[in-house]
Amino acid sequence: MGKKVVVLPCSGIGKAYGEIGRQAVYDLAEDLKPEDVKTACLARLMIDDPETKAMVKDNFVITVDGCGMDCARKNVEAAGKQVDSSLRVVEAFKKHRDLKPQGVLELGEPGFKLAHILAERLSEEVDCVMKK
Amino acid sequence: MLEEIKPKKVGIIPCNGEEICEGSITRFASRKVLDKLRPNDTVTVCLPLFIAGGKEEREFAKNYPTITVDGCDKRCSQISTEKLSGRPYHSIVVSDLLKEHSIEPPKSRRALTDKDQAAVDLVADEITKKVDEILEKS
Repeated sequence: MGKKVVVLPCSGIGKAYGEIGRQAVYDLAEDLKPEDVKTACLARLMIDDPETKAMVKDNFVITVDGCGMDCARKNVEAAGKQVDSSLRVVEAFKKHRDLKPQGVLELGEPGFKLAHILAERLSEEVDCVMKK
Repeated sequence: MLEEIKPKKVGIIPCNGEEICEGSITRFASRKVLDKLRPNDTVTVCLPLFIAGGKEEREFAKNYPTITVDGCDKRCSQISTEKLSGRPYHSIVVSDLLKEHSIEPPKSRRALTDKDQAAVDLVADEITKKVDEILEKS
């Protein structure tokens, strides 16, 4: 069976960027690329969950971080896996400053639009990674 | 000499589990406590940052009481907190709590329905109860 792409958002809870990344990953894994993409609980890497560690080790990995702290990428690297690509929500936001999320978790229409734009960008990234 | 009285804060650490619907409940319930129920008494500790080496987060969890909120019995938030900073004051497992109260978990991890609000409220109330217990003791 061919490799899949595991896309892991940081899901930060302090700012809306974390929720946007999370929603973009669901959009990608459930609607845009359900055959190629799956996601997992990031925190399971910290408890050395064997299933999650194997999933990350045996597939391509893309991380989606809310901010420049790059927590998702760092967590994957701490588990011994080099990520194949990493994106930041804040970069997508810079290009679409008109799309302001309404709240941290209640994104509202503009926040969901931003999440969808990010999901499309991620979809392109998945194609690039799979061509490897 | 007058002693400075620092207000006691409680750290809420949800697991945010991306793979499971209960992970979304941990987020919404924690934010409800932070924003509406106990805004002056609680702060959130961002688990991914905490794990990635955030010094401030780890120091906070060492010096202040914490409540971990896990979606399932893998207890990632509780175990990570114990490893990095010390034992949380209280640990909540959403799947167990919902079962105990015969509330069905959400069907979607993406968006919560009005029906799922009962689960959010239950978990938020449980967190609040524990926050009050901690504050009363201190």
